[in-house]
Amino acid sequence: MERRAFYRNPVLPWLLIGPQLILVLVFFYWPTSQALYWAFTLEQPWGGGNTWVWLDNFIAIFRDREYWATVARSAFYAICTTGLSMAVALFLACFVDRSLKGTKLFQSVYVWPYAIAAPAAGVAFRFIFAPQSGLIGSINTLWPGIWDPSTNGIHALAMVIICHAWLGIGYNFIFFLAALQMIPRSITEAGAMDGARPLRRMFDLQLPLITPTVFFLLIMNLISSFTDSFGLIDTMTEGGPVGSTEVMVYKIYFDGFKGLDYSGAAAQSIVLMFLVIALTFVQFKWVEKRVHYN
Amino acid sequence: MIERSPLFNFVTYAAMILGLLVVLVPFWIVIVAGSQSLQEVSRVPIVLWPSSHLWENIQSAWLRADLGPKLINSFIVAIGVTAGKILLASISAFAIVFFDFKARMVCFWLIFITLMLPLEVRIVPTYAIAANALLPFQVVLDTLGITGLVQAVSSVRIGLEWNLLNSYTGLILPLVATATGTFLYRQFFMTIPDELIEASKMDGAGPVRFFFDVLLPLSRTNMLALATIMFVSSWNQYLWPLLITTDRTHYGTVVMQLKALIPTQNGTPDWNVTMAGALIIMLPPLLVVALMQRWFVRGLITRDK
Amino acid sequence: MAAISFSGVKKRYQKNDVIHGVDVEIEAGEFVVILGPSGCGKSTLLRMIAGLEEISEGKIAIDGKVVNQLEPRERGCAMVFQNYALYPHMSVRQNIGYALKVAGMPKAEREAKVLKVAKSVSLEPYLDRKPGELSGGQRQRVAMARAMVREPKVFLFDEPFSNLDAKLRVAMRAEVRNLHRSLGVTSVFVTHDQTEAMTLADRLIVMNSGYVEQVGRPSEVYHHPASLFVADFIGSPSMNLVRGFFGEDGYFRHGKGGMLNLPGLAKAHLSREVSIGIRPELVRRVDAGHKDAIAAVVDYTEELGASRLVYARADGSPIIAVDDGNDALATGMPVHFAMSESDIHVFDHTTGRRVDHAGRPVRATDSVSA
Repeated sequence: MERRAFYRNPVLPWLLIGPQLILVLVFFYWPTSQALYWAFTLEQPWGGGNTWVWLDNFIAIFRDREYWATVARSAFYAICTTGLSMAVALFLACFVDRSLKGTKLFQSVYVWPYAIAAPAAGVAFRFIFAPQSGLIGSINTLWPGIWDPSTNGIHALAMVIICHAWLGIGYNFIFFLAALQMIPRSITEAGAMDGARPLRRMFDLQLPLITPTVFFLLIMNLISSFTDSFGLIDTMTEGGPVGSTEVMVYKIYFDGFKGLDYSGAAAQSIVLMFLVIALTFVQFKWVEKRVHYN
Repeated sequence: MIERSPLFNFVTYAAMILGLLVVLVPFWIVIVAGSQSLQEVSRVPIVLWPSSHLWENIQSAWLRADLGPKLINSFIVAIGVTAGKILLASISAFAIVFFDFKARMVCFWLIFITLMLPLEVRIVPTYAIAANALLPFQVVLDTLGITGLVQAVSSVRIGLEWNLLNSYTGLILPLVATATGTFLYRQFFMTIPDELIEASKMDGAGPVRFFFDVLLPLSRTNMLALATIMFVSSWNQYLWPLLITTDRTHYGTVVMQLKALIPTQNGTPDWNVTMAGALIIMLPPLLVVALMQRWFVRGLITRDK
Repeated sequence: MAAISFSGVKKRYQKNDVIHGVDVEIEAGEFVVILGPSGCGKSTLLRMIAGLEEISEGKIAIDGKVVNQLEPRERGCAMVFQNYALYPHMSVRQNIGYALKVAGMPKAEREAKVLKVAKSVSLEPYLDRKPGELSGGQRQRVAMARAMVREPKVFLFDEPFSNLDAKLRVAMRAEVRNLHRSLGVTSVFVTHDQTEAMTLADRLIVMNSGYVEQVGRPSEVYHHPASLFVADFIGSPSMNLVRGFFGEDGYFRHGKGGMLNLPGLAKAHLSREVSIGIRPELVRRVDAGHKDAIAAVVDYTEELGASRLVYARADGSPIIAVDDGNDALATGMPVHFAMSESDIHVFDHTTGRRVDHAGRPVRATDSVSA
């Protein structure tokens, strides 16, 4: 129902919302419109303003095989981190949901990874996976050269993916557990009366009932994998070796700030932005649908 | 619980302990390595038990990454961003929910849509705006011909400039706008019954009084929840501070220093110092999450759902 | 104490009128109840007095002073809300004292007042509790104390008892009544519960879909309903009503073909399309041989203890009678009823207004005395 008890005041609401509106316009909409402008123009060398080049910048990046490799890598990266992180979190949440004695302790520790800055985790994992050091690197003493993320692209990508997935465990766990605990006890009990064993109940009852959460997390994780990976990659591999961990965000940063190709970076930003918008849109559509189910 | 079979309980504990290992191993390694000497940390395979050199490692990390001033910077930024976000979110949501003005839905959507424009996708142009935050206004004035007009009349050329690079304002301000915070506050304010506002009107309180006497005290738990999340996320900011500070010595934050702690390709592999530094850097948000978990979890769930 | 006067008060949402012009005078010190079904505009009218709702047209004056443009706090009214609207984070003491605090009253004076009011509604032991720790009745008292503490010129009550159980409701009714008696403050009370309305009111304002149907003392409204709506709405079970014509032969004929011999009324209302009505307690059960007996067939009965309700059907139209006999009455059994012509109400069917025995229509604000 629409709220009926409003205040009326010609000035006050604008004073209240004004600061945020200004920030949003200056730091969100203006840069976005700039990005659009740059994406469709090319800066003349030695000044002289920008010339309108229509879709040239987009065509240039779409013709670039390296760009597509980056896109494919980002997609692979996103799918792997999302899948891995959600699987671990769901696994843990299901057991924690049994609320056995002492569960609270486990539960609170599982949340911790959320607190860690991606670059910090990156540094820790870099050490864990360092080929010369005594953890994962130990296997190199048994089979020399079998593990080396500093030269092997696949190793490097795997390392970054594992770290990103680990970082997401806390967040995913919180939501899975909350969703599981929302399921009325009576449904589980009814399932048990019908003779379903725990594993069976999980697949037949709990998982279908938490699909909205699964879907929500899926989208959130995908968006985060596409956008939040910068800090991790910058501390772990800097996109290397030979670009094997360069994902879209990192390429934008690199082309923009190191390569000073603003137009190309802007065009890439727009592509990434559309990706995020599309994912968010799917999310909204789903939320709308979900309302009808309830 | 329905199944009380000891076997299943055993499986449950086993799984949870396995999970504990997965989650804790990185923390453990950081502590172990951070407390060992260079010699111990270079051993292959490493001994997975802490040693006694934590304090000296922290001291070297402190010196190498200049952690003292950087920690202060981090605290200033994280607290500034958190406070700013909460302030802006609460007053914007207050305007959107409780005031009857035509543009309220437009304003709400303007703020809400920024969710789809994360910093990462607009880094390059945002950097440009940070060099002169008043650029949009200058462009507007130029396009409207006001600049020319003023110049003709008073021979003063309007040149709006506000450089945010290398300043606390630059580190804080662009992060203060918050769609999620505004949304959370809006959700909460909408649960306030109409009658409560009416009662306060009857008691003679105006909107400002209502905000301070009724809304703020009622939203205390929400505020706490929001604050924990926002503190963690602003402490952990990496990309934005990296862009906006060219002067690392004065305005760098601790998270930016992590890279400086990593042993160079051909240098001494003193990971013990790196890990000791990382431990210090990850500690404040970890403490917030560990100690304020109840608020934090609640905030996270209401924010994102 | 203050008089409230409405002149031509209208309320419009977008383009729809929800209140179509109210002209009523409430005297100083009076207890007036606005009664009507949900959606009739009674709460809107109350909220217009309070200043929570704008007045689209017309004027409301309190103590002779037009208040249309005044803020709620400037009108000298206090209100008790349906859901109490207590501030959940404040203690009872703070809740009661909040208006005084806003008004800038010094703390010591405020505390003393709060204490005095709390005593008068026996809330003293609970002053430091939060509303969440109180029972429904106690919360209700806090809401009343909050209104009383300001010593307002007018008390407004917006269905304040609708969340209480039946027993508490009766108790609170008595309390409100006593309160009014001791303070004598002009009170306007909105409810859809007619028992509540009848027992509390000095005068009733009966409303229906934005119109004032009748203003009058409870007994007036009951015994001389000014419109078909009031006749039907007030009283439980509601009035027996049937639609038809009076003929020159002195008979009333209704749709289903039944006839009633009402020569006196027939003369006054000849050939007007009317509805006639009679209260169930004035329908008497008689023997079959009674002169002018109406034959009917029992549908079912409802036992009330002291008496019972007989739901029957006469010539196809339903009739309810209050009967204190204790013989067995089964479905399908024949019964006979009689009624006095003077107990019958006549309403013009097209306007829905009461028509007095001289054939003149009765207006909402006319005082109809027996």
